Amino acid sequence: MNAASPSRAGWVLVLPLVAFIAIAFLAPIAIMLLRSVHDPEIADLMPRTRKALARWDGVGVPQMAAEAVTADLREAVATNQIGRLAQRLNRERNGFRTLVDVTARQLDRNPEAQLARIDPGWSDPDLWRLLARVTSPWTGQHLLNALDVTVSADGTMVRQDEARRLYVEVFLRTAWVAALVTLICALLGYPYAYAMAAAAPSLRALLLFLVLLPFWTSLLVRATAWIVLLQRRGVINEGLVAMGVIGETGRLDLIYNMTGTIIVMVHVLLPFFVLPLYSVMAGLPTSYVRASASLGAHPMRTFARVYLPLTYPGVAAGGLLVFILSLGYYVTPALVGGRTGQLISNQIAFHMQRSLNWGLAAALGTLLLLAVLLLALTLPRLAERGGLRA
Amino acid sequence: MNRLARFGFYLLCGLIAAFLVLPLLVIVPLSFNPEPYFSFTPAMLQLDPAGWSLRWYREIAESAQWRLALRNSLGIAAAVTPLATLLGTTAALGLRRLPTRPRKMVAVIIASPLVVPVILFGTGIYFFLAPLGLTQSFTGIILAHTALAAPYVVVTVGSTLTTFDERLLRAASILGSSPLAAFFKVTLPLIVPGIASGALFAFVTSFDEAVIALFLAGYDQRTIPLQMWSGVRDQLSPAVLAAATLMVLLVTIVMLAVMLIARSARSAGAGR
Repeated sequence: MNAASPSRAGWVLVLPLVAFIAIAFLAPIAIMLLRSVHDPEIADLMPRTRKALARWDGVGVPQMAAEAVTADLREAVATNQIGRLAQRLNRERNGFRTLVDVTARQLDRNPEAQLARIDPGWSDPDLWRLLARVTSPWTGQHLLNALDVTVSADGTMVRQDEARRLYVEVFLRTAWVAALVTLICALLGYPYAYAMAAAAPSLRALLLFLVLLPFWTSLLVRATAWIVLLQRRGVINEGLVAMGVIGETGRLDLIYNMTGTIIVMVHVLLPFFVLPLYSVMAGLPTSYVRASASLGAHPMRTFARVYLPLTYPGVAAGGLLVFILSLGYYVTPALVGGRTGQLISNQIAFHMQRSLNWGLAAALGTLLLLAVLLLALTLPRLAERGGLRA
Repeated sequence: MNRLARFGFYLLCGLIAAFLVLPLLVIVPLSFNPEPYFSFTPAMLQLDPAGWSLRWYREIAESAQWRLALRNSLGIAAAVTPLATLLGTTAALGLRRLPTRPRKMVAVIIASPLVVPVILFGTGIYFFLAPLGLTQSFTGIILAHTALAAPYVVVTVGSTLTTFDERLLRAASILGSSPLAAFFKVTLPLIVPGIASGALFAFVTSFDEAVIALFLAGYDQRTIPLQMWSGVRDQLSPAVLAAATLMVLLVTIVMLAVMLIARSARSAGAGR
């Protein structure tokens, strides 16, 4: 810590954490990004096919490659990987699993059998073009799938069939939920932060405590609490039935749907809006408001023309934080969202843990990361240009 | 503001405050429910002592799963807290010595774990650790939790450092103190509150973390959040209410302690 070179000492002190985050955080994120365009699973299982098709001109049925496929399938049978290969190929085209299974069984009986004799499916030039594409370890397929785009047999990009479109809608739904949650947080958080800033010290400490208690409480505990309150046999429904407001059959579906996701997300994220806004409000000099009032402005006018604009930086900071955090929320929708209240993060988790389509999970993750980074980088600038920064 | 408007405003704020804390308070009485339901029984509402029971507390106290989860959570947090505090504090001390432009870049790198959705980190770290055979290990969870917790330490220590008077160090050096001695005798005592709250933040971050644990924990590494996760999602047992009540109690005690410490530190500082 030589005073003559403060910045060198600074680098030495900063380096351990920067190196740690680079290895333990940025490298995993980079691997996820890579996974969205790099998927060597099929290439590794069909090395000969990959080699043979890499030089193919894409016309007709490549004879050389047929032998390579035969060799690769037989090796996959020998190494017990045939099931995995069939399943993986089936993800690229429905029916591929059956074709591979049938072919592998025939080859087992007669190693010299011709592919085209075993199943006419192998005479389809489109199948070979598909095979050429999927045996390359580099692929745009997952990113396209994540955008509900598919590559048709002749190699052009088309939108998925209506019934199979899914992810664009989930992305839009996520953005919509994030915007709605941000709006509700603003409507509830603004008066609360104002009350905190205006209150006497002891009341202010109490109000602060009431925000910080849920803020510090585990997400799991909060989800549990809301399930207890909102479920069909929960406190609110039981109470309403007991008071005769609703009948036994009229119980409200307040949870395990989008309503539940939104209510609990607002509860979880409200402190993130209140706290930055409060710190801006607490730092405002009261002189402007008093000046406006002494000049004869109606309190409403003072609020709208003087106080509100002064607090915009806090509103912008809190709103941005809530919006960005909502885009990536996973735990809350997973626990209280039921089937209809799921967001994009839940799709990513589903493909990581259940369907094991890791390439698609990585591609959805890449798009989500792009959206979050774009917003985190552009919105503060926009707000600044719009004069929202003090 | 006229009286009616003022009354309406405070009523609204009271409702918002209720929205914030009532859900947490409702689980407290329900955790003493003798029946396996998530609602009040008539006997409970009549305050009949027979309608209340410690059944679910007994269940989690005697359950090997809950005990294992508690041990794991405490063990992981006990490793994460000193690691994150050390890395975060040194980085916060170094950050202010950098020239503006590199400082901003470094700050972005350090803050990145706070901005990027955790699900993406979970996905990435699974890809990263799977080939190393670290997916069902404490090592992986501790590394990931430290990356999530250290930025909070940088923020809290950094904010106490903004009020730190650099001239004190120069005074120490003029009086013949070595930089290291000046650090331990001058800087450290002044930033200890920041380090302590940073460490607390790191502990809570690790103790509450569910997503990374979902991706990286095997059965033997189950933590309290995972145990609650399955309690809420798979088995729906009121035992989770007992656990949740204990956690709310713990948070309340810690927060009151922190507020009292901060207050006494302020009055001690004012008295000096």
